[in-house]
Amino acid sequence: MALKQTPLNAAHRAMGAKMVDFGGWDMPVNYGSQIDEHHQVRNDCGMFDVSHMRVVDVKGEGVRHFLSYLLANNVNKLTHSGKALYSCMLLENGGVIDDLIVYFMQEDWFRIVVNAGTADNDIAWMQQQAAEYAPKVTIVDCPEMAIIAVQGPNARAKVWGAMPGSKVSTEQLAPFTAAAVGAMFIARTGYTGEDGFEVILPASAAPMFWAALAENGVKPIGLGARDTLRLEAGMNLYGQDMNETTNPLEAGLAWTVDLKSERDFIGKTALLANPASYKLVGLVLQDRGVLRGHQTVHTDHGDGEITSGSFSPTLEKSIALARVPKAVQIGEQVKVSIRDKMLAANVVKYPFVRNGKGLI
Amino acid sequence: MSIPANLKYTASHEWVRTEPDGTVTIGITKHAEELLGDMVFVESPKEGRKLKVKEECAVVESVKAAADIYAPISGEVTESNSELDNTPESINSDPYSAWMFKMKPDNPDDVAALMDASAYQAFIDGEGH
Repeated sequence: MALKQTPLNAAHRAMGAKMVDFGGWDMPVNYGSQIDEHHQVRNDCGMFDVSHMRVVDVKGEGVRHFLSYLLANNVNKLTHSGKALYSCMLLENGGVIDDLIVYFMQEDWFRIVVNAGTADNDIAWMQQQAAEYAPKVTIVDCPEMAIIAVQGPNARAKVWGAMPGSKVSTEQLAPFTAAAVGAMFIARTGYTGEDGFEVILPASAAPMFWAALAENGVKPIGLGARDTLRLEAGMNLYGQDMNETTNPLEAGLAWTVDLKSERDFIGKTALLANPASYKLVGLVLQDRGVLRGHQTVHTDHGDGEITSGSFSPTLEKSIALARVPKAVQIGEQVKVSIRDKMLAANVVKYPFVRNGKGLI
Repeated sequence: MSIPANLKYTASHEWVRTEPDGTVTIGITKHAEELLGDMVFVESPKEGRKLKVKEECAVVESVKAAADIYAPISGEVTESNSELDNTPESINSDPYSAWMFKMKPDNPDDVAALMDASAYQAFIDGEGH
């Protein structure tokens, strides 16, 4: 089957990208050095094509009520237009179907951005739930939208340089809010632990915006650096840190699950009946080597497993997110099986890096 | 991508150079380096270790992935490049200079049986299809 392409495919190739099959999409993994790209975002700014992610507009009468049942976080926290919320969408048994960002556009229109690999399944689930609980709500798949993330301490200034008209309506945006600028939707969100914008725009406008950013000195960043940046920032990756068999309360996502309000939501009953026996912690490797997903973590309280691991270019050490027995405490030392060795790692509180600074 | 004509190659992407004293020097090819990307960790075999051909004997890890290195021939490890412990990225800048370890072959004819540059080129061209 032919790989799917984003509207920026030709631009990536012209910029010397190394392209890979990323879940059926032909995507840039790097444009040279993944580590250089990582530092570029931490120290200045860079741009990412994340158009493989899917925009889904949920519209119609009663949409807020529907989403308050569909999503584990509480959309009633979204009180003004443009406000964003990170949430999981759960199965009845509490497993995670996907993680997503939902934006409050207007009372009969919320916009959701979901992961690429799960998008079709997500939409089918939303439609099925809407048919049952909210027949007046429509789920509008928007595969023709492109998404460009511009991230780093200088990201916002560079966006304003590339598109001066956007400054007046986005200058005052607080983190996790968004504004419409013509056909563009500009959100002060991201997946790197740095300041910046994620810009949703029509596919036809994406190449010109990408070129304008490049002319303003914004370097392209591949999906390789996107992964090390999000890992340093302590952000979960769907499919690695959680999936349909994961209890979100055991995956570091308790802060996104609203169990306090009276509101019912899909998965709530199961979560209340199954208290967490594991938790997600950060690991920093003390010995030489590289932590990777699926390595076994040996603790005094039983075994756990690394869900995401790599080399941290900022800390110049190997770091990981790991699911371990709940009794494991920050500061404890654990052992990780790497090939035929048992290497020492420290349990730490994540994020590892925020706004360019190491926190470990 | 130019493949040095004076070296021999394995199907697992090691290069092998015969030295005047009969020992062989081993590293990974540019092709392997490009597949792996930025190197962050290298573990070479210890001096004195006896290896059988195709035995797993070393590891290179990039940000992206870990890759095993296999002994291209049978023999004994005579030297390990400990400089790579602190500068794994030198494999990225010049994979044909950043050697990993040296061996004394049990049988010098084993080296001659490895692929030459044109056979290796044909091999990696075929791997892509």
